[in-house]
Amino acid sequence: MSLLNIKNLTVEFPTRRGVFTAVDAADLSVEPGQIHGLVGESGAGKSTIGAAIMGLLERPGRIAQGAIELQGDAISGLDATAMRSLRGRRISMIFQDPLTSLNPLFTVRQQLVETIRAHLDVSEAEANKRARDLIDRVGIPDPDSRLDQYPHQFSGGMRQRVVIALALCSEPEVIIADEPTTALDVSVQAQILDLIRELANERQVGVILITHDMGVIADTTDKVTVMYGGKVVETGDTSQVIGAPRHEYTQSLIAAVPRPQRRLHRFPQLSYGGRETRFAIEDLARSWPKVENDPSRPLLEVKGVTKTFIKRQGLLPWDRDYFTAVDNVSFDIRPGEVFGVVGESGSGKSTIARMISGLYQLDGGSVEFDGKLVSDLSDKARQAEYRKEIQMIFQDPYSSLNPRMRVDQIVAEPIRHHRLLDGKAVDQRVAELLERVGLGAEAAFKYPHEFSGGQRQRIAIARALATQPRFLICDEPTSALDVSIQAQILNILKDLQEHLGLTMLFISHDLPVVRQMCDRVAVMKAGQLVELQETEALFNAPKTDYTKSLLDLMPRLEDLGDAPDGA
Amino acid sequence: MFSYIVRRVLQSVIVLFVVGLVAFAMFNFVGDPIDNMLGQERTQEDIDRLRAQLGLDQPFPVQYWKFLMNAADGNMGVSYRQGRPVTDIIAERLPATLELALVSGFLALFFGIVLGVVTAIRRDGWLTNAVMTVSLVGVSLPTFLIGILLIYVFSVELDLLPSFGRGEVVQVGNWTTGFLTASGLKALILPAITLGLYQMTLIMRLVRSEMMEVLRQDYVRFARARGLSERLINFRHALKNTMVPVITVTGLQLGSIIAFAIITETVFQWPGVGLLFINAVQFVDVPVMAAYLMMISVLFVGINLIVDLLYVAIDPRLRG
Repeated sequence: MSLLNIKNLTVEFPTRRGVFTAVDAADLSVEPGQIHGLVGESGAGKSTIGAAIMGLLERPGRIAQGAIELQGDAISGLDATAMRSLRGRRISMIFQDPLTSLNPLFTVRQQLVETIRAHLDVSEAEANKRARDLIDRVGIPDPDSRLDQYPHQFSGGMRQRVVIALALCSEPEVIIADEPTTALDVSVQAQILDLIRELANERQVGVILITHDMGVIADTTDKVTVMYGGKVVETGDTSQVIGAPRHEYTQSLIAAVPRPQRRLHRFPQLSYGGRETRFAIEDLARSWPKVENDPSRPLLEVKGVTKTFIKRQGLLPWDRDYFTAVDNVSFDIRPGEVFGVVGESGSGKSTIARMISGLYQLDGGSVEFDGKLVSDLSDKARQAEYRKEIQMIFQDPYSSLNPRMRVDQIVAEPIRHHRLLDGKAVDQRVAELLERVGLGAEAAFKYPHEFSGGQRQRIAIARALATQPRFLICDEPTSALDVSIQAQILNILKDLQEHLGLTMLFISHDLPVVRQMCDRVAVMKAGQLVELQETEALFNAPKTDYTKSLLDLMPRLEDLGDAPDGA
Repeated sequence: MFSYIVRRVLQSVIVLFVVGLVAFAMFNFVGDPIDNMLGQERTQEDIDRLRAQLGLDQPFPVQYWKFLMNAADGNMGVSYRQGRPVTDIIAERLPATLELALVSGFLALFFGIVLGVVTAIRRDGWLTNAVMTVSLVGVSLPTFLIGILLIYVFSVELDLLPSFGRGEVVQVGNWTTGFLTASGLKALILPAITLGLYQMTLIMRLVRSEMMEVLRQDYVRFARARGLSERLINFRHALKNTMVPVITVTGLQLGSIIAFAIITETVFQWPGVGLLFINAVQFVDVPVMAAYLMMISVLFVGINLIVDLLYVAIDPRLRG
């Protein structure tokens, strides 16, 4: 008998337009001490399965069919009170974002103690002792003093440890981890996954690990179930599913994962389901202004830039605490090159992007573009000229587009701001841009919420191209997207470089992607540039220990073999 | 933390100086008080004497400085109409207004928060719909109309409650209170409801929308996933987070309960500072108006300061 057994589970959401089936006849079983991966793209129904097990389906969702059994007892269809006594007691859950899953107004101790006392009949003192042991067990140093701190005083990784401690409060039999490391850095991700692995072994807990990251699946899980469009398409031992996938979808999903080992010309796109998007960046080249770049001179020169932020406000200047986000960093970017910046969160990557784009005032150093100083924000004329030449693509396509503006207004805004064209010509350029990024001219009359994440990111790209810039800053352009969509966006960016000769600053924490995209890579650590090399040299022979450790931490699909060279 | 308080206090002082300047400017620019104080048969000699006596012959900055010094001493001048120190008059009237504001503020806060939380938790019950509809009426009807309606129903038609005044009051030291007599308490009911109804509906709607927002947050889902009881989730986790933004608006609303008690006090002939102010305006009694202005601004600045400190007390992210 399995620990947790899901049979023929169907979850439906009745809507005004009919019944939407989020999960369609899914089967799944988990054994004690086993980590079972649940993988698929967003909308595949993986999180819905997690919510159904917990009895936390968003209304009006309901289990239409099938059964969920814990140790042989059916738990689907229990009433609210019975379900609550199960939640957190026998089944626990870990959410994706440790920043938002802890209540900011209560200390870690308060949250642990209330959870322990909600499930176990123990005294206050006993609960406190258990809380301390749990915090110690999940590897938080100095548990006695950290217990009385608030969530915001912990780093992302430490917070996720607190969340795990909360999930362990009552010795659960099953833990559902819904994208537990997606919001974390690679190095922290590895530690959290190790912790989950250890705890599963030590306490013989069955873990369902929901993720969209094939690397995490390959590294951590014993078994894996692949979902597509609400259906389970394949299930089996991880090594078998990843090494020799049987289903066509699994095959193309695995092929779409960027490989750290080898550089390909194009990212293989997910072909399953006939959803390959056609875009035609090369057609833009005809109307694109030809700029003669001087190949002997760098297009962008960053000289010793420094940025400090006030960490703690004080009444008097010497009372304030400063924090140096970027410390005396210099590099050049050659015309037509894709220049990568990698590093963990807090290493100053995004700060550099904002300094180059003129969103932050420099506290030291200078930035020169095409031989002219552009870091003096008070020179309005130069700034206006410069901002036409550089454009930015942001990480989150949901918050970087104004939801109250129509797509044509969004794309036309930079054109109108810089008074580049007027009247009909604006509409024509907007239509052409939308056409070329594969959205079609009719997208102009819709609003951002009508598009998926990948489509939104293409709107953002069209907007960035509107002023016909020479330089693009891409700040983690695909980290909010699924693997299949990621390939599409990265191929568009590659085309921009190839056909339009755009120069790019590409910021990412995803090393396999960086290897595919960039010509040269700078590695940042705590505000300093620790290494700068040609991409291949960096990946094959890193010079510093820090880079080496970053490369070692990449989740790998070692068993996968090489992906076919898709183009 | 300490520097935060010091900065806030400094800002408050600056605000008070500016309001003081405006209040003082009224003396000089709202007509010549001498005209009002002396009758028709005045001589130039009388005028000059009074002008010197009131210090009005001195340059503007000197007058302003004296005004501030006196104000700091609690001396706001002498009422033109009653010929008594303004401070005494206000001290006499203030208990009535404060008692009224206290009761209606309490009503507004208590019912506003409770109803807001309940309607947020039971989003589509019939009770919620009823409360929301009634609250719409509360927001949209002007205060004086509510007052008049209440008087019509409860005083004229049903003859249950008095329609004006404070009823019998008891003197406790310098404070006159209506809390200790039956007629005083009865007299409080209608004005307190009138004054608090708008604030109550506003607070209720605010609490409801904030609470609904908070209930969607991840930490509430996580609290539920940990198996905490609904009571603990709603009243411990969600309510505290709801209070952070609610406090700002509520603080300012409580300030305006006192400041804008004017209308209610007029409708019910409540002998408080609002009524005093209205009478002062009718007779261009500038010292009373200036003192009222200063009093209200001290109140608002004080409430704002308390709100800022409450933020820090509730939200640990603002400390340190």
